[in-house]
Amino acid sequence: MSESPKPLVLLVDDEPQIRRLLTVALEANGYRVVTAASGQEGLSLAAHHRPAIVVLDLGLPDVPGQEVLRRLREWSNVPVVILSVQDDETGKVAALDGGADDYVTKPFNTAELLARLRVAMRHAVRQDEESVFQTGALVVDLANRRVTLKGQEVSLTVTEYNLFRLLVRHAGKVVTHRQLLREVWGPAAEEQTHYLRVYVGHLRDKLEANPSEPSLILTEQGVGYRLKS
Amino acid sequence: MSEHRPNPDALLAAIQEAGTRKQRGRLKVFFGMCAGVGKTYAMLEAARREQGAGRDVLIGLVETHGRKETDALTAGLRILPRCRLEYRGVQLTDFDLDAALSHKPQLVLVDELAHTNAPGARHQKRYQDVLELLEAGIDVFTTLNVQHLESRAEAVRQITGVTIKETVPDTALANAELELVDLPPDELRARLADGKVYLAERVATARDNFFRAGNLSALRELALRFAAEHVGQDVRDYRQTHGIRDPWKSGQRLLVAVSAAPTSASLVRWACRLAGELRAPWVALYVEQPEPLAENESRRLAKHLSLAGELGAEVVTTSDQDVVQGLLRIARERNVTQIVVGKPAGWRVLDLFRGGSLINRLIRESGDIDIVAVRAEGGRLPGRPLRPRLENPSARNYGTALGVCALTTALNAILQRWIGYQPVALVYLLSVVGLAMFVGRGATLVAATITALLWNFLFTDPRFTFQINNTEDTMLFATYFAVALAMGHLAARLRAQELAERAREMRATAMYLLTRDLAECGDLAQLLGVMVRHLGDTFHAEVALSLADDKSATLTPYFAGSWSMPDKELSVAVWAGQHRQAAGLGTDTLGSAEGLHLPLVAGDRVPGVLSLRFRGTVPLLPAQRELLDAFCRQMALVLDRQLLRDAETRASLLAESERLGKTLLSSVSHELRTPLAAITSAVNGLRDAGPLNPAQQGMAAELEEGATRLNRLVRNLLNLSRLEAGHLHAHLDWHDLNDVVQLALQSLGPALASHPVDVKIDAGLAPVKLDAALTEQIVVNLLSNAAAHTPSGTPISLHACLEPAWLVLQVADRGPGLPNLDLTRLFDRFQRGANAPPGGTGLGLSLVKGFSEAQGGNVTAVNRADGGALFTVRLPRVKMPPVPEAEP
Repeated sequence: MSESPKPLVLLVDDEPQIRRLLTVALEANGYRVVTAASGQEGLSLAAHHRPAIVVLDLGLPDVPGQEVLRRLREWSNVPVVILSVQDDETGKVAALDGGADDYVTKPFNTAELLARLRVAMRHAVRQDEESVFQTGALVVDLANRRVTLKGQEVSLTVTEYNLFRLLVRHAGKVVTHRQLLREVWGPAAEEQTHYLRVYVGHLRDKLEANPSEPSLILTEQGVGYRLKS
Repeated sequence: MSEHRPNPDALLAAIQEAGTRKQRGRLKVFFGMCAGVGKTYAMLEAARREQGAGRDVLIGLVETHGRKETDALTAGLRILPRCRLEYRGVQLTDFDLDAALSHKPQLVLVDELAHTNAPGARHQKRYQDVLELLEAGIDVFTTLNVQHLESRAEAVRQITGVTIKETVPDTALANAELELVDLPPDELRARLADGKVYLAERVATARDNFFRAGNLSALRELALRFAAEHVGQDVRDYRQTHGIRDPWKSGQRLLVAVSAAPTSASLVRWACRLAGELRAPWVALYVEQPEPLAENESRRLAKHLSLAGELGAEVVTTSDQDVVQGLLRIARERNVTQIVVGKPAGWRVLDLFRGGSLINRLIRESGDIDIVAVRAEGGRLPGRPLRPRLENPSARNYGTALGVCALTTALNAILQRWIGYQPVALVYLLSVVGLAMFVGRGATLVAATITALLWNFLFTDPRFTFQINNTEDTMLFATYFAVALAMGHLAARLRAQELAERAREMRATAMYLLTRDLAECGDLAQLLGVMVRHLGDTFHAEVALSLADDKSATLTPYFAGSWSMPDKELSVAVWAGQHRQAAGLGTDTLGSAEGLHLPLVAGDRVPGVLSLRFRGTVPLLPAQRELLDAFCRQMALVLDRQLLRDAETRASLLAESERLGKTLLSSVSHELRTPLAAITSAVNGLRDAGPLNPAQQGMAAELEEGATRLNRLVRNLLNLSRLEAGHLHAHLDWHDLNDVVQLALQSLGPALASHPVDVKIDAGLAPVKLDAALTEQIVVNLLSNAAAHTPSGTPISLHACLEPAWLVLQVADRGPGLPNLDLTRLFDRFQRGANAPPGGTGLGLSLVKGFSEAQGGNVTAVNRADGGALFTVRLPRVKMPPVPEAEP
């Protein structure tokens, strides 16, 4: 990474204070930053600079963040991380289903934001799936559909495995309920959240060290699940 | 094949009926030819069988007349006590409808369907009680003799000579199951001789007459035939729904001409029977004529029309100067194939002027419509009763006519000296024509006759005799008489037409004015005001309007009525609204009420009830009643539309205010949180920038702590304002309760550092349906409340478990407990405990309450017996729908 040029971040937020702070934090961590104060400006800068990643505030004064995302997605696959306020789960879910890669809730922790950016960029770069995923004592061999924990094979049902594989493929990123339900149970089951609650419960029982305080499959309340990477 | 397909409309009607029949109770009638055949006995036996089959049976009212066999059958069945009514100092007992309704049995036994209720009961007739029971979904068993059937009463009178007063309309049996209880006449007479048949004393005298063998055979035949026809109807319904072709000539349609004549009632019954046999729909038509009816006549007419309605006719009134024209006009409009009229009793002079008797003209002018002339029965009055002219406004007309005759005669006596006796006749003629303009036909004709005679008597030679000597005078007299009669008749006819026209126009104008004024109304108050005013003016009545309340299903009298109804009347109005039937004065239901109560029916809703108290006591003429019904329909539509429009406006206002509120909240939330985000980021930035010395680290921690607290406060305040504005809607979804609790614990972080928290979530607590964000806040607030009010180091426990209907969350602490005084105000806003530590706003518990209630739950607080406080939140428990089975 040290030899490649510093990745360019496009930061779209109408608050000057946030723009200043984030610019400082991002530049200190090896990014170049361009900022836009409005959705319109953000879109033209995105076209002009071709950033490696976009940080987009949902509450913009001119064009709503959702709309900026939609227009951006018409021609670009650049990873987008959303900045949103608390208590706006529906906004987050809509943005994620609309093509955003991840989100951070204000007031956020800089370290958390940087971590999200890294994951989003990694997923954007990686085209072919790695066939083995490892985190802690857990190894998932995607080619052979084998899951081992501390060297012991864990037996998962077909549905459990399908669900878990989806989380593994997006490791580190949040996956919304709708995405999970559609991929595993089909489009008709998009509203059946209780399927997820039951099956995630099974997975945690089988994979977590302490199922009541999960550290592997994390709940993003009202949004979805995130596999810790 | 296609022509055997059932008619879709008929099929739909059958399906709908089957649907309503499922909700409606079923009626079973034990039907016999006369008293004593054992109907009550058969009914009780059937009821015992039903009870044996496990149904909830209640005896509403059964007359056993103290007979042992019958009494024995009632044993083991629940018997409803009779209600007591006092009427003019006499204690009466009767069937207690309300008690029966409130018992909600599956089956009620009510003897003697044709019984007339005691005065003061809700309905005049018992069959109406039964209909109400059926409507409430309760099955009914009842008994009935053939002579009490409306359509057979006349036949029974002809057979037995006994007039039957208590009758039941055939429509009441429309969907009933009939069980014929039959006994050969000889056996019945034997039972009678043994004294096994109970007869009321007043009937006992007529008994020998009534129970003659011949009578009984005839009655038996009537009963058997009715039962057979009833079955026939069921079969016919079945045929229609199942596409079996009807062997009967179809397309027949009957019309019966109804008048105020007493014979009309039997004509209506006859038409009903004929229509029944032909399976034809029938119309009962009254042709209103310009001459007003006397009060007793209009009452009789109303009775005939309502009889026709009860027997299943479509009742139509029209107004026409000429009865024949009116009959044929309506007959053609409705594609009638047969007209039923009464055979006239005698020949009338006036028929000559009309171009033949009514029936002859009808036959001549009817074209392809068949005319059925029926000998009218039941006219007990000899011939045509003289109209009680003296009580009639037309009595004045005759007076006027006589006065004019006298005046003209006096004038002629003077004029005669100058103009001779012949032109005097012209003066008389002038007065007759003049009269015709102002008085009715009868008075004009009387005046024409009198003046002709007067002229002859007073003015022609020889004077003061009725003799006429010369041919000239004879000619003049004859011509005068003819001209006067014709002129009088024509003028009167013109006037009558004009009057009829004017009455029609008045009705049309009243309707027009009403619709115009209604159309101009902008809001409900104006609308109701217009209604009250128009009704009052048009019908000379005091008016009250009651509006239905959708939520509580009650009626509220509207304040702007001109009649403030007493509670008793209001209850009649409520009944009318609930049953979508007119009630009160002049109707069969609660006829003792002061006012007439009409439900305003618009589609499947009843937006209100209209109540009228007439200033005069005169009942409404059919035409007026029709106008009133038209008013009601119009008002119901307008009222319903206005109510819907109001509801829509309210909803859109609410939506708009909600939208504004949400915009405001989100901008406030944005404004407050952005600086907090900046502070938090800046602290992180400081830490990232390089190693801090201990003092700097402490300050950074303080900054972070402050920002976190401020953030929580902002969140609480925003939630509170959402609660206050009523914008907080729970988004219930399935969640793992453990996730919710863990998030709450994380977000509290250091605030709980000094209290060990023991979390216990019962096993088997599958995913639960709740609003995660709200529930997380409930847990956060309960835990931080417990932490703030208990000494550090004391444990806090959080326990989640299930009750049959609830998901229960309990937070218990070991602190000093709750101050007793404050228990009721504990959950109020900004209520802070007396010993609360500094910091904190007193919002927490009020939010807990608000969030619990937003999810349909509640929260309670008690002091634990062994010290400490216990908060219990209950949220409604929803059964989880099935999850696809896990495959291996």
